[in-house]
Amino acid sequence: MNNNNPSKQVVVALVENKPGVLNRVASLFRRRNYNVDSLTVGRTHKRHVSRMTIVVDVARTDVRQIVANLYKLVNVIDVKALTGEPHVSRDLALIKVRTDDVESRNAVTEVCDRYPARIVDIGTKYAIVEITAQEDLVEHLIDELRPIGIVELVRTGVVAMGRGVRILDTDYEPVNHHQTTGDLERYGV
Amino acid sequence: MLLSGSEIVMECLLREGVDVIFGYPGGAILPTYDAMTKYPQIHHVLVRHEQGASHMADGYARATGRVGVCIATSGPGATNLVTGLATAMMDSVPIVAITGQVPRAAIGTDAFQETDVTGVTIPVTKHNYLISDIHELAYCIKEAFYIARTGRPGPVLIDIPKDVQNEKIEFVYPEGEIRLPGYRPPTAANESDVFAARELINKAQRPIILAGHGIIMSGAVQELRELSERAQIPVSLTLLGKGAMPEDHPLCIGMMGMHGNAASNHAIQESDLIIALGMRFDDRVTGNLKTYAPHAKKIHVDIDPSELNKNVKVDVGIAGDLRTVIAQILPGVEGNTHPDWLNRIRDWQEDSSERDILYNYEGNTLIAAQVINDLWKYTNGEAITVTDVGQHQMIEAQYYPHRRPATLLTSGGLGTMGFGFPAAIGAKFGRPDEPVWAIVGDGGFQMTMCEMATAVQENVDVKIAIINNGFLGMVRQWQEFFYEERYHATPMVNPDFCKLAEAFGMPSMRVTSRDQIQGAVEFANSHKGPVLIEFVVEKEEIVYPMVPAGADLDKMIRRPKKGEKQS
Repeated sequence: MNNNNPSKQVVVALVENKPGVLNRVASLFRRRNYNVDSLTVGRTHKRHVSRMTIVVDVARTDVRQIVANLYKLVNVIDVKALTGEPHVSRDLALIKVRTDDVESRNAVTEVCDRYPARIVDIGTKYAIVEITAQEDLVEHLIDELRPIGIVELVRTGVVAMGRGVRILDTDYEPVNHHQTTGDLERYGV
Repeated sequence: MLLSGSEIVMECLLREGVDVIFGYPGGAILPTYDAMTKYPQIHHVLVRHEQGASHMADGYARATGRVGVCIATSGPGATNLVTGLATAMMDSVPIVAITGQVPRAAIGTDAFQETDVTGVTIPVTKHNYLISDIHELAYCIKEAFYIARTGRPGPVLIDIPKDVQNEKIEFVYPEGEIRLPGYRPPTAANESDVFAARELINKAQRPIILAGHGIIMSGAVQELRELSERAQIPVSLTLLGKGAMPEDHPLCIGMMGMHGNAASNHAIQESDLIIALGMRFDDRVTGNLKTYAPHAKKIHVDIDPSELNKNVKVDVGIAGDLRTVIAQILPGVEGNTHPDWLNRIRDWQEDSSERDILYNYEGNTLIAAQVINDLWKYTNGEAITVTDVGQHQMIEAQYYPHRRPATLLTSGGLGTMGFGFPAAIGAKFGRPDEPVWAIVGDGGFQMTMCEMATAVQENVDVKIAIINNGFLGMVRQWQEFFYEERYHATPMVNPDFCKLAEAFGMPSMRVTSRDQIQGAVEFANSHKGPVLIEFVVEKEEIVYPMVPAGADLDKMIRRPKKGEKQS
C-alpha cells in the first residue's frame, strides 16, 4: 500500500527525545518556507529516541533539501525519505457525524462497512467514527461522510514505516551527566 | 574539586584555549563575571553594546580561525547579540555566545530581564543550549566549541540560568571524545564523484573556478592554487573568498557578482565548466538563476550537503572538506593551457581597465577608489582590512587586492552595517602583530561607534578609515538607478568625526585631498593605539559595474569609457 499521490513524500526522522527538538524542526520548516502537510512525533521503543513522520508537498519543495536540512539539526540522529521504496503509512481520524434520524444512522453504518472504519461511540444525536488507514482512504471516507453531516473531526497525521528489512533505528544513548564522577569511561577518562 | 557553575564555565574556556572574551555584565551573568576575577589568563574586553561583543568575537574568529567568545546577560543583553549571531551564521563563523538567564524557578514567569533566548536564537545559531542541570554544563560547553568550529562552522549559544552559575558540584572535566550521533560532518568524497569531477575538468574547454570562504576556512589555499595552475583554470572569487588566491596571480580574475569584475561575470556566463569550491551561489553572485552560466556543467564542493542543488542544479555535487576533496581530485587532473579561453578573459579585463575610474577621473574632489587604492599602497597591501557594508565595502573589494587568506573580514551574507569597526577590534586581539584597518562608511560607523570607548579603554591598535560621503551611498545609488533619483532618507548630517574621536580620547585627522593620504597613513601608524582618519569624499559616487538585482549576470551597468556616453 504505497501512497499513490506523487506530490506527497514521506520523510522519517529519528530525533533525540529532548525538550525543544520539535521546536527546532518546526522552526526549520518555517524559515525555509517548506510546505509540510503533516508532522507527527512520538516515542519509540528506545527511551531516548523519538520518531517523526513528516509528509511534504514536493510540488513546492525538493525533498532532498528537506532531508539535508533536517540532518543539519544536531538533535536529529537520522533521516530518511521513504518515498520510492515500499512502506506502510497510516493516518488515524476520529469523525463526529450527525445521527439524529434513521437515514443518517443507516448511512453512517453503511459507509463504515465499506472502509476499515468503525463506530466507536453512538448516541441519539451524534456518532464517532474511527478510521485507521492510508491517508487517501481516510480522505475518501471523509468525503462520503460529509453530506451526512460532519460536526467535528480530528486526525493524527500520517505515520509511516519502511517494509521488510528496511530498518531505521539507532543505538543512541545520551551521556549520563550525573555519573561524571562515577562512570568516567563514558568520558574516556 | 568543588566548583560553582561560573567557575566551571571559566575552566572550560581555559581548556578550549580561550584567551580573550568580549562582553558586558548584568544581573543574570554576574556570578560568571565574579568568577572571572579568579581567571586572569582570560582577558575580558568590556564593550559598550552587546552587538559590539558579538561582532568582536566574529572578527576575532575570522582573523584567527579559532572560536570567538562573547558573553552577555539575560534579556536585552542577549537580544543585543542577535545581529552578531545572525551575521556569523550567514558567513559560517565559529562563535560561542554565553548568556545569563534568570534562575530556573523564574523561567516562564516573565521575570525581570527574562527572554526566551534559546527560542529567539534557534534560526540564527548552528545550535544552542539552555542548561537545566549543572551536571551538563561542562559537557555542553565542550560540545558547543566542537560544533562551532567543525563541519560548516557557525555560532553556538549557551544560556545559563543564574542559579546554575551559583550551584556547586564536584567538577571533572569531560576529557573524552564528543559523542553526537546526529552530527557527522562530511569529510572525503566518494571515488565515483571524484572520478566524475576529474573527467569534467579534463574535458573542459572554458573552465572557471569559483572560490569562496570555504577555501579559506578549510585551509585549502595551496590545493586551490595547485588545481588552478596545473590545468590553467582561471579563479574567480566571492567577496568572502578574497584571499583564497593571491589577487596578483595571473590566473586570479577577481571578484564575481553584483559589483564584481566584469571579466569574472562574462567568464562565468561563457564558461563550459564551473568548479564551485566552498561558495553557495548567493543571489548576489548569480544574478538571474534562469540564465546563470547556461553553457556550463557544474561541479560543486561544499562541506554542507544542504548547499548542493539549493540554488543552482549541479552535475557533480560533493559534500566534503575542501582541502581533502581537492587533494583527492588533483592526482588525475591533466596539465592544460586553455590559451584561447585565457585570452578571451584578458580582453574583458582590458576593457575593464579602460573604464577604471582610477585612471579616468577628472573631478577634483577625493573619491573612495583613490582612498582605498592609496591605503593599499601605503599599507603595502598587507593590512588586515575589516569593512562595514555598502559602497566602501565594494570599493575595498575592487581596489584593495589581497594576497593572503583571512586578510579581508567583511559581513557578506547578512550585510550587517555596524559590523566593521567592532570586528576590527576583535581581529586585532586575534592577530596583534599585524596592522588592522577598519574601513567603514559614515553610516555604518555611526551604528557601533560607541565602541571607540572600548578601543580607547583597551588601547587597541586599530586604525579607522571613515569613507565619509555624507550619504548612505549604496542606498543612494539604488535610488539614483531605480527610484528616479528620489534621495529619501539617505543624506546624512553627520557629527564632526574628528572632534568625536578627540572626545573619546583618540587621535584623528581629516583628509580632503589625495596628496594627504600618505601622510595620514603615516600619522595613523605613528600612534600605537586607535586612530581615526576621516576621508571626505565625493558625495555621489557610483560603484560600477552593477548587475541590477535579478538581472542576468553579464547584463551589467558599466562605467562609460573615456569620452563615451552612459548607455
